[in-house]
Amino acid sequence: MANRDRVETQLFGVMRILVIIGLLVVTLFPFYYSVLLSLRPLDAVLQDPGALLPTDVDLGSYASVLSSAAAGGQGFGVFMANSAAVALGTVALTLAIALPGAYAISRLRFFGSRQISVLFLAVYLFPAILLAVPLFVFFTRIGLRGSLVGLGIVYVSQIVAVSIYMLRNYFDTVPVSLEEAAAIDGCSRLGIMWRISLPLAKPAIIANALFIFMIAWNEFLFALLFLVEERDRWTVSLGISQLAGSIEVPDTVLMAGSVIVTLPIVILFFASERLLTEGLTAGAEKG
Amino acid sequence: MSAETGVGAGPAIPETPPAEPGPGRSRGVLARADARAGLALISPTLIIVLVMVVLPILWTVLLAFQRLRLLNLRTTGLFGNFTLNNFDNVFGSGAFWSSLGTTVAYSVLGTAGAIGLGLVAALALRRPFPGRNLVRAAMLLPYVAPIVAATFAWKTMLNPQFGVANYWGTRLLGWDAPIAFVSEGRPVSLFGLELGIPTALLTVIVFEAWRSFPFAFLFLTARLQAVPGTLEEAALVDGATVSQRFRHVLLPQLLPTIAVLAVLRFIWTFNSFDDIYLLTGGGAGTEVISVSVFNSLTARGDIGGAAAQALVLAAILAVLVGLYLWKLSPREEQS
Repeated sequence: MANRDRVETQLFGVMRILVIIGLLVVTLFPFYYSVLLSLRPLDAVLQDPGALLPTDVDLGSYASVLSSAAAGGQGFGVFMANSAAVALGTVALTLAIALPGAYAISRLRFFGSRQISVLFLAVYLFPAILLAVPLFVFFTRIGLRGSLVGLGIVYVSQIVAVSIYMLRNYFDTVPVSLEEAAAIDGCSRLGIMWRISLPLAKPAIIANALFIFMIAWNEFLFALLFLVEERDRWTVSLGISQLAGSIEVPDTVLMAGSVIVTLPIVILFFASERLLTEGLTAGAEKG
Repeated sequence: MSAETGVGAGPAIPETPPAEPGPGRSRGVLARADARAGLALISPTLIIVLVMVVLPILWTVLLAFQRLRLLNLRTTGLFGNFTLNNFDNVFGSGAFWSSLGTTVAYSVLGTAGAIGLGLVAALALRRPFPGRNLVRAAMLLPYVAPIVAATFAWKTMLNPQFGVANYWGTRLLGWDAPIAFVSEGRPVSLFGLELGIPTALLTVIVFEAWRSFPFAFLFLTARLQAVPGTLEEAALVDGATVSQRFRHVLLPQLLPTIAVLAVLRFIWTFNSFDDIYLLTGGGAGTEVISVSVFNSLTARGDIGGAAAQALVLAAILAVLVGLYLWKLSPREEQS
């Protein structure tokens, strides 16, 4: 028995190291490969597809992808601005309506609040493609298809439920006694929310804002449905997907665009990994 | 009673039991003021969800029973002639059933792959080592990276002409010819074993496992941290080996989490559109229902047909979500 234990301990000890190295290679290699390709000129890639290190670093792809269409580039600068506008607008609007909502669901007892919670959970679990048909038809009809504002509103409506769910979990951990103390000192309900609960929930709000930003920045389906006909309003994701596979735009140039769209997410993520990880698993402790 | 105690559906915190109803009227006045404030604060959310999510879903039902095309959209009223034609077309065509089969295969295998990989990663990274936090952060990259960037990187890697996978595959692994990973519709045969799954479908399943395993990894890591150390110590004292400790101590602790993960991931994979659309465009035997809805809507302009397919997808999902709410989250009410 002791023998089997020793064998297993050693075996799993070695396997553990191999697994960690394997996982690192598998998760990181596609991103490394993207950066690598974006730094190599297209003919170098075609001549030597298997190279795993950049031989001579060439930033031409980045210049080409970022410069405006008039200057012969791909105009990703405009796409970046569009993506940023939609994502930041979505963050601001979602927080503006989700914060009071989450506070109400966590703290106040009112008629129907339980049903509302269930409704939000259902919205969170239901598929985007189900909404694609009616929203596409509706926005075509009222002429808002092709507008960034319309897209932002769609994002808000889909994210607000999960945002409330995450924020509510945090409000639940703020002791009620703090609020009661403020109430005794004569603070109104709104005053309590503004002066006590929101400042205490600041870390959760920041995590939530980052989470919303990432969803809106990464979103693809609705951007494709709403904006595909208007090149000036494309987001970066849409730009890459639409130009991929065309003969005029080399893949190395698009790879530079791909790195550019990933970079803000990676920076945000590593700057706030702790906060985000907690946000992503909010509710895991209950399961 | 239940309407009052169940409010918020949130777990009450142990230190702060709900305030006892105070004597007399003042409590009632406060409670009513709270109820008004609550409704006022939740109403913006409620309005946007009702207008942008609930109403459109109800409208999908209407659309599914009409013969509506994108071309005559502007001239058709909200309540046109109702017909069952769309559903006839959906259920009567072999295409729908084959995409349903593809969707199920994709969801089951993708979910199993993601959870399996996540479990392996969570176990491997359980004990501390130098640089563990960085490795953990790296594990999450596939999940947080923009889907378009991730699929584009994969597509380029797997490209038959200049992709790195085929370059090294033909040189080191002895492949006879480059493999068209995302456009090959013939079944895979691995070591002479017929798998019955098209190459392209296997590619998107592997991609799905790669993309989603961090989600399972996060949940399982959180759960592993909550397993009391004394359990394993006791098993160790009793002479249990590593694999026995996993099988008889850890796994039973993890199973409820794995069950929740399986349901959640299955639901999301069942609906997923982006990954397959971006990798294969739905070709080569990978047309899942959501991609088929999209193609009906945009390529064929068949609004009624798209709505009918989406509705069938939603009905299947409603059953799954219902099962999830009924089976797996009663804990919320107990606490």
